[in-house]
Amino acid sequence: MSQRPSVIRQTIITPIVLIVALLIMAALSYQFGSRAFNRTVVEMFINIMVVVGLYVFVGNSGLLSFGHISFMCLGAYMTAWLTIPPVMKSITLKGLPAWLLHTQLPMWVATPISGLFAALFALIVGRVIMRLSGIAASIATFGLLGVINNVYSNWDSVTGGQGSIVGIPPTMNVWTGWIGGAVAIAIAYLYSISRSGLALRATRDEAVAASASGIDIVRERLIAFVVSAFIIGLAGALYAHFLSIVNPGAFYLRTTFITLSMLVVGGMYSLSGAVSGVVAISVLIELFRDLEKGISLGGHTVGLPNGVQEIAIGIITIVILIYLPTGLTRNREFSWRRWPLQRRLTRPVQTALKELH
Amino acid sequence: MRELLQIIFDALSLGSLYALGALGIALIFGVMRLVNFAHGDFIAFCVFAMLWPSIDAAAIVFAGQLPFYLLIPLLLAIGAALSILSEIVVFRRFRNANPATMMIASFALGFVIRHLLLMLFSSRPKSITLWPSLGLPVEFLGAHIPMLQVVTIIITLAVLAVLVLFLKRTRYGLEMRAAADNFTMARMLGVRANGVILLAFAISGMLAAAIGLILATNSGTADIGMGANVMLIAFIATVIGGLGSLPGAVAAGFLIGAASVVFQATLPHDARVFRDAFVYGAVIVVLLVRPQGLFAPKSAKQRV
Repeated sequence: MSQRPSVIRQTIITPIVLIVALLIMAALSYQFGSRAFNRTVVEMFINIMVVVGLYVFVGNSGLLSFGHISFMCLGAYMTAWLTIPPVMKSITLKGLPAWLLHTQLPMWVATPISGLFAALFALIVGRVIMRLSGIAASIATFGLLGVINNVYSNWDSVTGGQGSIVGIPPTMNVWTGWIGGAVAIAIAYLYSISRSGLALRATRDEAVAASASGIDIVRERLIAFVVSAFIIGLAGALYAHFLSIVNPGAFYLRTTFITLSMLVVGGMYSLSGAVSGVVAISVLIELFRDLEKGISLGGHTVGLPNGVQEIAIGIITIVILIYLPTGLTRNREFSWRRWPLQRRLTRPVQTALKELH
Repeated sequence: MRELLQIIFDALSLGSLYALGALGIALIFGVMRLVNFAHGDFIAFCVFAMLWPSIDAAAIVFAGQLPFYLLIPLLLAIGAALSILSEIVVFRRFRNANPATMMIASFALGFVIRHLLLMLFSSRPKSITLWPSLGLPVEFLGAHIPMLQVVTIIITLAVLAVLVLFLKRTRYGLEMRAAADNFTMARMLGVRANGVILLAFAISGMLAAAIGLILATNSGTADIGMGANVMLIAFIATVIGGLGSLPGAVAAGFLIGAASVVFQATLPHDARVFRDAFVYGAVIVVLLVRPQGLFAPKSAKQRV
């Protein structure tokens, strides 16, 4: 009898390849990049955290979520409450409870707390929302985004309302960004090879067969929801440190759709897809940003008119989706043997059930 | 009594907008399972089609100066043309794609349209005056109701009546209902898929133009983001109404409009800014009670 192949040994190469690739990017940008370029790279790392967090839920469960950016909002505001110096908080955020008003924690403590806060919130609302499936679940998460955005934009004494809260220590650099990305990838990987991750992917591919085999769909979805909320809460915290201001408008529809586009462009059912989608779109954005600034050709500066960047990104996204509907990685994972990996996640068979959604 | 009447008219006119929007989304969803996130940008495009491209603050009204009997058909044609064009250029290539991919493609298309408008018109809202006489109030049972609200409600009812006649009495309407019910089966029975889908897009585009006209008359401004809010609520309404059910979408649109107005009128003053949170919360509750929607068609039931 041959030995059972170990899941870890077969798949561990994927997160290692991804984390090392990001490390190389961080090192190159630290060594050669300008200050502005370094900021772009940090932003990319934060987006990687968000999209990897989305992948944990969307990729494993197959449900599209429009609500995950609200966890980013929760994490970012929690960090703001915990790290802004008490002197500033007592002026701008009068409504905070006294114990919160007088604490100031270092980033390394505040960030995990922010992630846990988002995860706790996800646990509470997830118990309700995860009972839904299909498009009803997507809309319910959308409702969640609407509620959180509305509350954070209008609860002036605690969140500063529509305006921005300033004074979060700007402690981000490419290394902290890389650590964030690496932690997100590691958590996502561990989840996807866990018992719950495997069970959840089974429900994604054949819900009826999975539940007939004794898988509790609601429970597995809830676990993925909480794990992804934790990762995205961390991303929100780092984002607050990155900008050193937070405002509710940053965590609404635009971010929701851009991160979802990154996930789908990369390949929504694979971790490598999540990361490569972000890298690809970030590179495109940076490229067109430079083209808008202009390239000098024999003394003349030739530049694209402002606004072409977004239009081009939109068109390129559509073209990629037309030719690669399953994303750049075609839902496969990176690996050594035959690269990208031959052990692709096969697309679920189109059953009569799927037809009717 | 007077206040009650006011609330009823507010609810009906807001609900009309949402219902028209929901109908535009539900029609396309019915025939090709596409949730068209570009719909809001279609609305904005139709509004800006009345202006001449310029980045100055003062809008140069171009087509908007036409008399209404020319302007309305022109805008409806623009809406239909944009919608048909987007189906031919973009959505036709996603016929067999997964719904998430289609959704993201439609979002990307909306993103392109929005930034095209931004490039041509800049992000400043522009004032545009269409038919100022519609802003005057009319006296109705002692309440002052803006003429525009009455007109909006009448237009919506007329559009709904025409659409019902079209769907129930004409051959194309029959084909479209068959396609919405079971697309594969309809094709096998000789319904031309492309024709039905193009027709659905054309009607949806005209509905977008109608919403654009009402919004522009109502607010007196042209703003890039003006369609997005209506689109979101309309999208939610299609789901609450039961995806694929046209009457459901309309009813849910009116229901959400009514809920917004009632929350606005009845919430205590301090909580009034959180009205949208209550509306979205109510949406989640409705979904928990009836995940398949309030008026789900029989065909939407999952079979194993």
